[in-house]
Amino acid sequence: MATVSLKSLKKSYGRDEVLHGIDIDIADREFIVVVGPSGCGKSTLLRMIAGLETVTSGDVLINDENVNQHEPMDRNIAMVFQNYALYPHMTVYNNMAYSLKIAGTPKAEIKERVERAAQLLQLTEYLQRRPRQLSGGQRQRVAMGRAIVRKPAVFLFDEPLSNLDAKLRVQMRLEIRKLQRELGVTAVYVTHDQVEAMTLGDRLVVLNDGYLEQFGSPIELYQRPATLFVARFIGSPAMNIFDGMADGTQVTLDGGVRIDTGIAASGRVKVGVRPEHFVADTNGAFKVNTSMLEQLGSNTLVHGTLAGASGAGAAEIVVSLPGIHTEAMVGEGLSVAPSELHLFDPDGKRIDG
Amino acid sequence: MGTVFGTGSGMVEKRGKALWLTHVCMIIAIAFICFPIYLAFVASSVQQSELVKPPMPLLPGSHLFENYKEALFTGINAPVWKMLMNSMIMGMGIAIGKIIISLLSAFAIVYFRFPFRGVFFWLIFLTLMLPVEVRIVPTYEVVANFGMLNSYSGLILPLVASATATFLFRQFYMTVPDELAEAARIDGARPMRFFFDILLPMSRTNIAALFVILFIYGWNQYLWPLLITTDPEMNTIVMGIKQMIPSGDDLRNWPVIMATALLAMLPPVLVVVVMQNLFIKGLVDTEK
Ligand SMILES: Nc1ncnc2c1ncn2[C@@H]1O[C@H](COP(=O)(O)OP(=O)(O)OP(=O)(O)O)[C@@H](O)[C@H]1O
Ligand SMILES: [Mg+2]
Repeated sequence: MATVSLKSLKKSYGRDEVLHGIDIDIADREFIVVVGPSGCGKSTLLRMIAGLETVTSGDVLINDENVNQHEPMDRNIAMVFQNYALYPHMTVYNNMAYSLKIAGTPKAEIKERVERAAQLLQLTEYLQRRPRQLSGGQRQRVAMGRAIVRKPAVFLFDEPLSNLDAKLRVQMRLEIRKLQRELGVTAVYVTHDQVEAMTLGDRLVVLNDGYLEQFGSPIELYQRPATLFVARFIGSPAMNIFDGMADGTQVTLDGGVRIDTGIAASGRVKVGVRPEHFVADTNGAFKVNTSMLEQLGSNTLVHGTLAGASGAGAAEIVVSLPGIHTEAMVGEGLSVAPSELHLFDPDGKRIDG
Repeated sequence: MGTVFGTGSGMVEKRGKALWLTHVCMIIAIAFICFPIYLAFVASSVQQSELVKPPMPLLPGSHLFENYKEALFTGINAPVWKMLMNSMIMGMGIAIGKIIISLLSAFAIVYFRFPFRGVFFWLIFLTLMLPVEVRIVPTYEVVANFGMLNSYSGLILPLVASATATFLFRQFYMTVPDELAEAARIDGARPMRFFFDILLPMSRTNIAALFVILFIYGWNQYLWPLLITTDPEMNTIVMGIKQMIPSGDDLRNWPVIMATALLAMLPPVLVVVVMQNLFIKGLVDTEK
């Protein structure tokens, strides 16, 4: 049971400001994923919620209580680290029981809670082992177990799956989501993997260079990216961005292609189109000089440059067409529905119609 | 992570001539080292009269137990058991004291941010350059003023601070991932609890290895006990042997002296043998 609020939260190391005022309100039982490129301040943000980093300015509220000055143990949070940070000399059981022992929980209750957590995570048969006798996935589970037994109000995860192989990552991802639902806790999860972010999060926080770019549901981020950064960051393959000149509801791309956007704008703009939103259309405005095809079976990725009507300009373009295509079938012409176009001003802000 | 030594799996196998050659070399080297010890053993098992007339005996005699009994309970200046006990107290005191102090000071230096932390570290580091012998005169002065001559505290305390051990533990603590301390913090462990519950058990192989080294260091102290113990009852074994050796025309009981020398070697050997497993582990693997 917990809400978490960050109020214009800032962090500086010496003179370097690495977080520039983050405002987020997290509802009870919500699963929030923080994504962004390396070094953008994700871990720092999480560690400030945990109380492992001091707050430079702003506030961290947990259940509407200001916890800026609280020690981590008094915040009712649990954290899962990227390298698991299990105590190497303790058995799995003791690793999970440690926080309860410190809190002075009665022995019988500790046993019951640890065993329940172990059951939930299928760790029962490993309880007497040491961490180094476990596989990566099992260690990961122990780290989760250690977080669960405390029955915290908020779970914090810092890239907990990045040391696992791809298959296990998918499996653990589902388990984490299931567990969070079952236990009904609020979770903040840091990752740089956008697939992980899209599949796990109720809402996503996109950070870039210490600034909050957008805070919204995965679908919102996909359909209506607030900034050019989010547009490029979310979605795979990444969105195509073309420079152009807007005039009313029309844009002339630098290559000469004229398209109808249905959004009123003027001056220099950037037009974004997701690769999967191109449709083959002999009368389409976009023409592609194909340089490479990637056959994925269910769809085909076409890499090339955008050929303008005048033949000049060479904007890179990636198109994802459903089904199987051979070179001969591509290049006739592509069009995009105006509703699938994204318009950004030169500062990277979204322009809405 | 197993120990690296012990099993041959990782080593290059040698066959035939090379194998013989290495063995011959090793046997010669061992014989070279062991021969004086063997001579001491022979000398400690015969009578004084046999020893002084050439040629020197090369086979053990029949007075082994008499000689050792005399050494242990009568000795020459003081009974050897007394000196052994003094050495034992000194060696243990120094080893344990050094380990406790350096564990704690390394903990402070690595995990706490206090004013002049760097200065303190470098000061400790600088003392590495000052072995006992260099600071022996001022230390003697201090100890004498405290009235600690001829006492165990006088033998132990001045040698108990250890830059080497502090440095070693510092290096070890720095290899412990920060996340471990953070996880403990989230679990609610206060600093000393973290130290006792997590850091200490993780350092146990290092502690064992260091204990062996420091015990032998303490046991082998010569100059310092020589300076501050004037009472034969407080002599340590290593300096005691020196006191036994006859000067000038004195005639001394050589078999007893040899027996004493062998007895003096015994405890360090025992410590190494008993702790060798932990010792090797501590030197080659940090269990993480
Ligand atoms: N202790 C510190 N002292 C100074 N600067 C720091 C410190 N910790 C982090 N930083 C800086 O803060 C910025 C954000 O770091 P942070 O660890 O939060 O990045 P991140 O988003 O988690 O990256 P990654 O995905 O690589 O883990 C980085 O530019 C980093 O250099
Ligand atoms: Mg990080």
